[in-house]
Amino acid sequence: MTQDEALFQFLLRMGDSTLILGHRVSEWCGVAPVLEEDIALANTALDLIGQTQMWLGLAADIEGQGRDADQLAFLRDVWDFRNLLLTEMPNGDFGQTLMRQFLFDAWHSVQLGHLITSTDTRIAGIAAKASKEVAYHLERSAETVVALGDGSAESHKRMSQALEYLWPFANEMFVGDEVDAVLFKAGIAPDPASMRAEYDILVERVLDQATLTRPDKDFAHKGGKTGRQHTEHLGHLLATMQWLQRAYPNSKW
Amino acid sequence: MSQELPLFEVFIRGQHGMSHRHVGSLHAADESAAILAARDVYTRRNEGVSIWVVQAQHIAASSPSDKGPMFEPSESKIYRHPTFYDIPDEVGHM
Repeated sequence: MTQDEALFQFLLRMGDSTLILGHRVSEWCGVAPVLEEDIALANTALDLIGQTQMWLGLAADIEGQGRDADQLAFLRDVWDFRNLLLTEMPNGDFGQTLMRQFLFDAWHSVQLGHLITSTDTRIAGIAAKASKEVAYHLERSAETVVALGDGSAESHKRMSQALEYLWPFANEMFVGDEVDAVLFKAGIAPDPASMRAEYDILVERVLDQATLTRPDKDFAHKGGKTGRQHTEHLGHLLATMQWLQRAYPNSKW
Repeated sequence: MSQELPLFEVFIRGQHGMSHRHVGSLHAADESAAILAARDVYTRRNEGVSIWVVQAQHIAASSPSDKGPMFEPSESKIYRHPTFYDIPDEVGHM
């Protein structure tokens, strides 16, 4: 595997993760429990989709096949997507959405913290810009996880269930492969496994405040970032997200 | 309505503004949640550099029915406006 091939895969992993999560979060638009959360979720979705444009734009440049970010987002099928499985999981209730967001935001902030010092200045630049948005996402999702976890008996129960359900998918974030090894060696991206300790400290502090317990399972659902096996949920999401561009090819609006 | 979160009034200091101005209100569980919500609801288009929130119930307000005794007496006291001075040109815009 050449460095550019690895780089292309890595950029798809970043861009597809923000794209798919951004789309998932946007599904709350107009139907969130209260107006304030509706707008906040829409802002988060827009931030993530803005970051997608940068990651997939750079991916398309590296690929050099004449594709652009839009084509990568709207004209690939399930098996070509490289997003983390966590990001494609269904919204569930509001608590599950925020738990998913928190587990992702914590990883995202650690990941971007490392990427800011990437030897690839294009990646460092995107990471610097995105990290300010992500710091806010993390503050908000952590605060909501604490409020709901340490809230009523009902909200505590739902947050516990969401954590149990999502945890094995979050574990995928720390499973490295050849792509990661090539980029780590070149100083471009961190070794996923090495981020685990940093992540656990951050997550456990918040879960503790939320009176929730970090699941004691290391089992990881895998196959999202490698594209080997997505969950059954991604195809449905893409059908909605890509419908317009598929039905009316090359249309612009 | 007892399920509703408390109401907060939101004040934003704009990029060039000197003071915080009231921009609206929102519901939130507590002060810190209200500040985050205010950021998302009222500063999406780069409106502010600082946010204040206060629970609406903590604002003491004048009563609309007292409007007459409160405000009308000042209507006839034009001498309270500094319009009887000649301001030298050199002073410029005040």
